[in-house]
Amino acid sequence: MLESLLFLIMGSITIACALCVVFQKNPIYSAIFLIQTMVSLAVLYVLLHAQFIAAIQVMIYAGAIMVLFIFVIMLLNLSKADEEGERDNLFFQKPSAIILGFILVVMIGTVTLKTVFQGVKGEYTPETISQIGNTQLVGKMLFTKYVFPFEIASILLFAAIIGAIILAKKRIIED
Amino acid sequence: MEIVIPPFDLKSISPIIIITVFAIIILAIDVFFKKTLRDALGYFAILVVAVTGMVVGTQLGETVYSFSNMFVVDNFSVFFSLIFLVSTGIVILLSIRYTKQEGINNGEYYTLILFATMGMMLMAGGADLLTIFLGLEIMSISLYVLAGFRRDCVRSNEASLKYFLLGAFATCFLLYGIAMLYGATGTTNIKEIASFLANNPSLSNPMIVTATSLLVIGFGFKVACVPFHKWTPDVYEGAPTAITAFMSVGPKVAAFAAFARVFLVALPDVGQKWSVILWVLAALTMTVGNLVAIAQTNIKRMLAYSSIAHAGYALMAIIAGGDFGPASLIFYMLAYTFMNLGAFAVVIILGRKGEENANIEDYSGLGYKHPILAVSMCIFMFSLAGIPPFVGFIGKFYIFSAAIKNGFIILAIIGVVNCVIAVFYYLRVTVVMYMKKPVREFAPLSLSPFIIIALIITVWGTIHLGIFPGKIIALVQNSSLLY
Repeated sequence: MLESLLFLIMGSITIACALCVVFQKNPIYSAIFLIQTMVSLAVLYVLLHAQFIAAIQVMIYAGAIMVLFIFVIMLLNLSKADEEGERDNLFFQKPSAIILGFILVVMIGTVTLKTVFQGVKGEYTPETISQIGNTQLVGKMLFTKYVFPFEIASILLFAAIIGAIILAKKRIIED
Repeated sequence: MEIVIPPFDLKSISPIIIITVFAIIILAIDVFFKKTLRDALGYFAILVVAVTGMVVGTQLGETVYSFSNMFVVDNFSVFFSLIFLVSTGIVILLSIRYTKQEGINNGEYYTLILFATMGMMLMAGGADLLTIFLGLEIMSISLYVLAGFRRDCVRSNEASLKYFLLGAFATCFLLYGIAMLYGATGTTNIKEIASFLANNPSLSNPMIVTATSLLVIGFGFKVACVPFHKWTPDVYEGAPTAITAFMSVGPKVAAFAAFARVFLVALPDVGQKWSVILWVLAALTMTVGNLVAIAQTNIKRMLAYSSIAHAGYALMAIIAGGDFGPASLIFYMLAYTFMNLGAFAVVIILGRKGEENANIEDYSGLGYKHPILAVSMCIFMFSLAGIPPFVGFIGKFYIFSAAIKNGFIILAIIGVVNCVIAVFYYLRVTVVMYMKKPVREFAPLSLSPFIIIALIITVWGTIHLGIFPGKIIALVQNSSLLY
């Protein structure tokens, strides 16, 4: 009971913060709200008995990545005009986006409310996890069952690094 | 806790290892021998593609699941991998001179192309939604960068950014769909999902229905079907032409491979009931693609809309399903690879730095000035329009007959009507080339032995497969047995 109450509270905080990220005009405020979103997500992971993922979430997302975000925003040195943003003239897109988005939210909402979530229970119940240890289990899965996607992900990151270097390199290639 | 390390079946993923390792070697060569070996990187990349192709070829006929059912080598994935490698090989042939001319001949260019190819092979061979997703991301990230490779060109930057933002957005839908499916079935493995759904009601579970619709959006974006096509023309126009050629073939084919595997294997039941939605998508894709293509004056934009229309035909093959659906999909994708890359080869040959001769009007009088080039362009246009004896006709015929056999007669009729509409804008290129006086002098052609080889391969593929399709069709039918 306490858990579901906590879940409801943290879930609504997460959603509220995520909405704030989108609606803030000032990019720094957006970034701060994004940190809050990440941290609330970490709390949700704890509620799901995934403490390791929660710790990683805080360290990597709320810590490392968001610091970089804020650095980039500072370095970009946005002027006031940029912050304000131009008034858009997308008359048709705005209302239709709002209507369609609303329909999507309602659709997903009904699904969530109607479905009795009896997903298939796996072998790793909270009891087994607390017996073996969360980190050990994540490590075991990564290096046994999911070793192939795990290794592939490294190439994904490598491709992304190469791409970032190419696009950000100062010097336009001569000759 | 007992840990059992699963067997590492490296043989099954050897093509992927080879292509990745050599892509990294190309990067290293570019760093250490920039002065001396820079021009040789393209040749090296072709060699890598050829070697990988040979290794893939040896896998034909096997069915191997490896890495705890994360990856599968079957005829379906092998055949698709061969299509990817053919298209990548042709694109590299097209690139060797083009990149020099545009000043983008870095090693990273070839590395990213090879990485993208590797991502496509993962998508075709993914037996788990995780593998498919990672493959899709590797391919997409490489393409986002490749689209923006001409950094001094604003259009190229725009293309890259647009593709990246919309692509990331579409990826969210795909990922959400995968997560929902995982929540409903407790697994991401395609075979396990299929067996779960065979024993449990799938359509009454709203989670699975939502997951399916999200997956349709995610894949629909990657294959560029209407209404998820808005990015295509801008990205195709802004990207370097060789990359446009690559994007119009490889990623689309890969997305279709993954689409077919997920929908025909994991969700056959849902897929059947859902064919109504795919039906509407296919009809819209064909019609909108062809109608808007008529209005285009830029050849790259025209080919972009034509590729949207072709995605509609291919979608018809997935809807048809059954025995012939996947087979006709594979054959059509092979046909499309040859004819579309050929058309782009001609566009690249006629282009010059800064001035890409991208208006259709600029091709007027080509038939007198450069007859061979004009004839090959005609062949590609006729083939894309689906006129016999070229391969486009056989491909379309195969798809339409598969659709009719499985009872989608109205859809087939819409497809045929669309073919007639398409003839208009394909033939306009021919008319401009032969029946109009040149508006201005042609720039010297940007020819190289490699691009000529690419042109010969594509012309040969378009004609030969159109006249003697029997052997390939037998192979394709053999490859279409999913599981």
